[in-house]
Amino acid sequence: MIHERDLDAMFAALADPTRRAILAKLARGEASVMELAEPFDMTQPAITKHLGVLERAGLISRRKEGQRRPCKLEPKRLEQLTRWLGGFQQFWEASFSRMDDYLDELQRKEKAHARNDRSHRRSR
Amino acid sequence: MPAMIEVIADPDKPTIEFRRAFAAPRELVWKMLTSVEHIKHWYGPRSLTCVSAQMDLRVGGGWRIVLRTPDGQDLAWSGVYRELRAPEYVEQTWWFEPIAEARTIESLRLEAQGNRTVVHGLVQHETMQGRDIHLQTMRPGFDETWERFDELLARAVQ
Repeated sequence: MIHERDLDAMFAALADPTRRAILAKLARGEASVMELAEPFDMTQPAITKHLGVLERAGLISRRKEGQRRPCKLEPKRLEQLTRWLGGFQQFWEASFSRMDDYLDELQRKEKAHARNDRSHRRSR
Repeated sequence: MPAMIEVIADPDKPTIEFRRAFAAPRELVWKMLTSVEHIKHWYGPRSLTCVSAQMDLRVGGGWRIVLRTPDGQDLAWSGVYRELRAPEYVEQTWWFEPIAEARTIESLRLEAQGNRTVVHGLVQHETMQGRDIHLQTMRPGFDETWERFDELLARAVQ
């Protein structure tokens, strides 16, 4: 099960190339903030900020280990997301948003008809 | 702006519940869901074309919808009406013909809210596995759209 607000957080988190690169690195195993900061030419506070976004989206978790706070990927979350993208919800939302457009078109035509009828009656 | 579909998969029962609001009166939404003339215009994602729709709208009557993929493959859904109370309730068997294990009973309840209508759906599976297959694999028409995103995700988790 996946909630709308979780999706928003996940999409926002994944919209940034640095954060995607962090996920890619974590997919190879746990890493500390320092290890993560190294390839990006970024300061530790900047990386920590990105990690916060990923953590709030549920895509990674951090644990305390003495002075270190190693980060770890939460693959379940990504799995939920891919499932959402491909599944039942997508099929029906795609259908229903088409139905919205079609309903809109029908209702507009109906109103136009009603207006025409009225002006016909008046002109007679 | 109508809200997006909400989907709830019960952790203990093999059901899928969904809810979706439409900016149209109930009679009209009922027609959308139960008439061949209208259903052709919206069933399935845009990348699929509805090539055939049959609806024998009476208890015991059958329905069948065929959608064609861009590469010419035909996908069929079908079922039988079990209960009909226009314009508020329809219950039918429902299955995607290639996936026999995902045969289900689907009900739709239409709730009038002034000029809006909320459709409450309930899909009942026989098994949790069948339910989960349904939730995950119902993706005809999306492969193209989401290919790029899948690639991106695949890269992110490599």
